[in-house]
Amino acid sequence: MSDWISGSVIISHDVGLHARPSVKLTKLAKGFAADVEVAGDPAGPWIDAKSIVKVMAMKAKQHSTLHVRAHGSDAEAAVHALVDLVLGDFEEAAHAAGA
Amino acid sequence: MSAKVGIVIVSHSPDVAKGAADMVRQMVGNDVPLGFCGGNPDGGLGTSVEKILAAIEQGWSDKGVAILVDLGGAETNSEMAVEMLPADKQAKIVICNAPIVEGAVMAATEAWGGSPLEVVKRTAEELSAT
Repeated sequence: MSDWISGSVIISHDVGLHARPSVKLTKLAKGFAADVEVAGDPAGPWIDAKSIVKVMAMKAKQHSTLHVRAHGSDAEAAVHALVDLVLGDFEEAAHAAGA
Repeated sequence: MSAKVGIVIVSHSPDVAKGAADMVRQMVGNDVPLGFCGGNPDGGLGTSVEKILAAIEQGWSDKGVAILVDLGGAETNSEMAVEMLPADKQAKIVICNAPIVEGAVMAATEAWGGSPLEVVKRTAEELSAT
């Protein structure tokens, strides 16, 4: 899987990856051409970060680690953006495409 | 991805309709066309074809409109409203089989990304499938 760019970040948001953060993460992921996936465990299962239903169903909790990977032309930017979003506690991301 | 599918919320309760619309606006933003209505013409609980037609107009997008309904009458009245529209508009409207609040937020998130109507509908309905 060497063509995947990956990163990880600890979720500090006080309710974890709940509804509002999930929508933000999905909207951000949709702005990239790359395939973007997230997981609670690097062994998987990996979930399509552009699927709001699947991201919300993950129910990632506070203090858990979110693993992010992407592949495609803007994969590196996508991973950075998602990690930054979580690091920034899901504040509105300035680079969210179209936002 | 300039044009986005519109979302229409049809509840028996004006408060539920407005509350669900508020959640869409706050969580997804103002980029997605959004219409909502609730209650009968007398202001009580219920739905009305007339109000639904106005909500469809409010949330209209040439890319299509996904309607979220709550209970039985909301669906049948929505179907009646759709049938009153010209055929070219009818072809661009779907009623989603999904919970009204969650479905509206999921559908709006998908619509925000520029997805076509059938994908928006599928996303809302994915909720009940999982």
